[in-house]
Amino acid sequence: MFDVSLLFGQFLGGLTTAMFLFLIASGLSLVFGVMRVLNFAHGSFYMVGAYLAWQSVQWLAPALGSFWLAVLAAAVGVALLGGLIERLLLRHIYGREELYQLLLTYGLVLILGDAAKIVWGTQQLSVSRPPILSGGIEVLDTTLPTYNLFIMLTGVAIAVAGWLVLTRSPAGRLVRAAALDREMLGALGANVGALYTGMFVVSSFLAGLSGALVTPIQSIVPGMDVEIIVEAFIVVVIGGLGSFWGTFWGSVIYGQVLSFGILILPGFSLFSVFALMAVILIVRPWGLFGQPLR
Amino acid sequence: MMKKPAAHLVQRIPWVLVVFAAALTIPWFGDRYDTFLATQIAISALFAMSLNLLLGTTGLVSFGHVAYFGIGSYVCGILMKTYGMPFAIALPAAAAGSALGALVFGFFCVRLTKIYFAMLTLAFSQIIWAICFKWNDVTGGDQGLPDVPYPNLDWMSQIPFFGDLRIAEQFYVLTLIVVMLSLAAIRRIIGSPFGLMLTTIRENPERAASIGLNVRSYELAAFVIAGGFAGIAGALFGIFNRGVFADYVYWPKSAEVMIMTILGGIDHFWGPVVGAATLVLLNQEITSYTQYWPFVLGAILLMLLFVFPGGIVGGLTAGFARLRRKAGGGADA
Repeated sequence: MFDVSLLFGQFLGGLTTAMFLFLIASGLSLVFGVMRVLNFAHGSFYMVGAYLAWQSVQWLAPALGSFWLAVLAAAVGVALLGGLIERLLLRHIYGREELYQLLLTYGLVLILGDAAKIVWGTQQLSVSRPPILSGGIEVLDTTLPTYNLFIMLTGVAIAVAGWLVLTRSPAGRLVRAAALDREMLGALGANVGALYTGMFVVSSFLAGLSGALVTPIQSIVPGMDVEIIVEAFIVVVIGGLGSFWGTFWGSVIYGQVLSFGILILPGFSLFSVFALMAVILIVRPWGLFGQPLR
Repeated sequence: MMKKPAAHLVQRIPWVLVVFAAALTIPWFGDRYDTFLATQIAISALFAMSLNLLLGTTGLVSFGHVAYFGIGSYVCGILMKTYGMPFAIALPAAAAGSALGALVFGFFCVRLTKIYFAMLTLAFSQIIWAICFKWNDVTGGDQGLPDVPYPNLDWMSQIPFFGDLRIAEQFYVLTLIVVMLSLAAIRRIIGSPFGLMLTTIRENPERAASIGLNVRSYELAAFVIAGGFAGIAGALFGIFNRGVFADYVYWPKSAEVMIMTILGGIDHFWGPVVGAATLVLLNQEITSYTQYWPFVLGAILLMLLFVFPGGIVGGLTAGFARLRRKAGGGADA
């Protein structure tokens, strides 16, 4: 019924989607795992990252390698924005009910979404691929754009790097301790406040990075923020809120369900991913790889 | 709370009826646009009030309440437009459809707590959205269902004075009556022993369970009732807006009604109504100056969270209480 190269093509497409989503969702998951804040504004950070990348490319246009500089500038810019928001706003609501946390971050969604419209307007913007990655390679009769391959490798690299930092470095040890027991860590003399700010900066950096990296294959439009945040939610729910590897495998599963869902039930792939999210929440609320919250 | 035996004259006036009567006169004293706004306020108020049954009364943070609003508008819109059914059948059917949806989804949701509950309600509402968006044959897909007809209101034209009203104004009168009856029903529910049980669950679910309350059943019942009333609001809105579209069910709408509810104040019965009226009127004022209403809304939300966590009604009651304490020298604390 289906030929191999078509299936393989869908598989690769799903994998690209997956690694993109992993880049975005990893930051969301880290922040939830450690700070127990579900950050609706994470998608807005991603959107701001995309706009900043476009802006930087405009400014740097003639320079060689401007794409990479622009990506870096966007990620750093969003990281700074995230740090500022954590210090000024988020910091004051850690102890409060989740309703207020959800609303605060949703307020940021509204503000950042409109701020982007004010600065960059509402028309679609796009960034061209860096020349180095503009080609494609043939695998099993399927053309895989080099840029997609690059995204997959970046996703895996970030996953491995994140895992090494979390499990092998002193900073990672602190992060894991904060996830387990914030008060205890503070009582032991660690600067939990600075740690939280740091976490949020890293998470925003990842969001900005993924937003900047998406610009060559997707146009930048208003509304990309609320669209992506729901997808990122699905991914972290599948893998387990706060679980790092869970987010990775959650992205892989999400990408495959979406890309084969289109093949099997065209038109209902959207439905299938939300249904997957609901089923996982019903059967294992803490996700496939997570652990029940105490 | 103890009431003084000789209540103040101000307290004797049935304010709710006065406001209702005043709202009813809008089509005669206001212009077409006032009626438009008043209809919008009435419908939003019912929607926000239904959410507050969960949020304020039972303490459940639902991030997918718009699903039941959406089911209501689609059921009513499809019945009235596609099948030509009368409003008198379509409205109860919308409420029943939403309540049924809430029963099925709520059955799973109430098994989860806190953030997981919020996520599952969000997931279900997105499922409803995906269905509305893609099921072209029934829901019209991304085109939606335009031109939902007004109900047949000939009976109202027979009544003196009401005959001169335009159909949109007659529909406003109908909406106001439906909303007031619904609010009265919600009030009865909240004040009933069942409603008090819900408040107990909000205050301390573990304790409620330990005195033998089946917490999940009560939460599910609240979820179903809230869904049903949201469905009524959705049905009215579909007609008011002359069409039903998948956008109604997209998740930011759930956040919007939540903001409305919190803005008014979730701890007071009339809070959601005040919030709905404030937000609709404010939206009106601000969109005449700038297109960036969401920006303003976000700023209001942040201010609300940091400065007035109790919402407008919460802030006002706290203010009045302080004034009275000053005036009365703390006689009745």
